[in-house]
Amino acid sequence: MSPVLRLPPAARAVVAGDRRALARLISAVEDRDPAAVASLKALYARTGRARIIGITGPLGVGKSTLINRLIELLRARGLKVGVVAIDPSSPFSGGSVLGDRIRIEKAQGDDGVFLRSMASRGHAGGVASATREVCRLLDAFGMDIILVETVGSGQVDVEIRDIASTSIVVLVPHLGDEVQTLKAGLFEIAEVFCVNKSDLPGAETATRDLSELAALGTDRDGWRPTVVPVSAQAGTGVETLWAAVEAHETFLNADGRRDRGERRRLAEEVVGLVRERVGRELTGSMDRDRDMGSLLDRVAARAIDPHSAADRLYRELRRSG
Amino acid sequence: MPRAATAPSPIRVLIAKPGLDGHDRGAKVVARALRDAGMEVIYVGLRQTPDDIVRSAIEEDVDLIGLSILSGAHMALLPRVVKLLKARKASDIPVFAGGIIPDEDARSLRRVGIKAIFGPGATLEEIVTTARRLARPRS
Ligand SMILES: Nc1nc2c(ncn2[C@@H]2O[C@H](COP(=O)(O)OP(=O)(O)O)[C@@H](O)[C@H]2O)c(=O)[nH]1
Ligand SMILES: [Mg+2]
Repeated sequence: MSPVLRLPPAARAVVAGDRRALARLISAVEDRDPAAVASLKALYARTGRARIIGITGPLGVGKSTLINRLIELLRARGLKVGVVAIDPSSPFSGGSVLGDRIRIEKAQGDDGVFLRSMASRGHAGGVASATREVCRLLDAFGMDIILVETVGSGQVDVEIRDIASTSIVVLVPHLGDEVQTLKAGLFEIAEVFCVNKSDLPGAETATRDLSELAALGTDRDGWRPTVVPVSAQAGTGVETLWAAVEAHETFLNADGRRDRGERRRLAEEVVGLVRERVGRELTGSMDRDRDMGSLLDRVAARAIDPHSAADRLYRELRRSG
Repeated sequence: MPRAATAPSPIRVLIAKPGLDGHDRGAKVVARALRDAGMEVIYVGLRQTPDDIVRSAIEEDVDLIGLSILSGAHMALLPRVVKLLKARKASDIPVFAGGIIPDEDARSLRRVGIKAIFGPGATLEEIVTTARRLARPRS
């Protein structure tokens, strides 16, 4: 059998370019459907080629409008583009209105683009927990560049670092105070700052202020963030912005930086998967296991402290594992 | 990564306003009501062609499509959406519509496969209940 025939049917359809099969598999991954794992496993060896670029920043700064421009630019260069656009789920109803498709109209009617809207489904990190795996599916589908738009709330968006090799933080003029409060979080993730809406007054000042801040430090690789004024609406500065992204990607190619970053991200992922599983197992046994139940009763009765109870559980987990 | 033992996966629904006319206030109100009922609403807004709608529905893997239409072009646009879904092997995605649609047209739209039609008097509650009932079950 050829390697393609050995893939599970859903994975085979994705490799063959079936858009509906891809869409379905994305849903299965989002829904944490165990059946999707077989496909993810089988497809992994075919991934790692696409470049994943994060686009983050506060609500309304123009991330989706910018993505629309980037699609235009990348398609003109013959690159295929995947987009994952994430919006928050309502903490009350669990529902969500996902409206990014309105602005990303260049995704319409072009088989070289695949755009998927995702709700964060209560995941705190700004990036839905399935995002990384959805990016892999788009990679296996043959997309060259994958743009990930995340819920823009500064501090919590650091998780995009665990997915993207370059992250663009989008800001707008007169976001002064916000920049101050977000600073710590934003500077941790930005390789490129986009000062969008530079058609509005104050853009020059904002660009200068941000450049001064950016000049103060470098990230762990020694990269100093670039600051680029853009008007996503007018379409100006977009080429310069993408050149800045490419410059960072080129920078990563030297001195084994890309491999180190990739290894760090994969380590996070593997540890995260184990953590998720152990956590689920423990939570499950709290409900079912009688010994566990009585242990927790004793904690509640102040007969044993939480640390000692955790020590005991941990020892038992290691013995049974 | 087995499914979390908590809530079932939310229903995903595409809301669009095909045709060239006016505003999308009604569509937005419906979108919010569906969100408040716990659904994930992919809102694509105004001036969507039937081809746009079907492509988005497939890409977003929605369980249901809701179309708001005021222009009187319903007899041209709605059957076209159903037909395109069939052509793309996606006729398992049900379609409902809302707008000012004469009874006679509503009957023939139901015959071509529009699953429910809401007039201007329909309540949001009715729409939510119907959406829940129509949504393609998630496999
Ligand atoms: N003046 C101006 N408005 C813009 C620009 N880019 C986006 N906008 C507007 O800002 C609003 C929010 O844009 P959107 O892309 O949805 O922001 P997002 O929430 O960050 O994805 C929309 O009304 C856009 O038309 C720009 O470069 N200049
Ligand atoms: Mg957006």
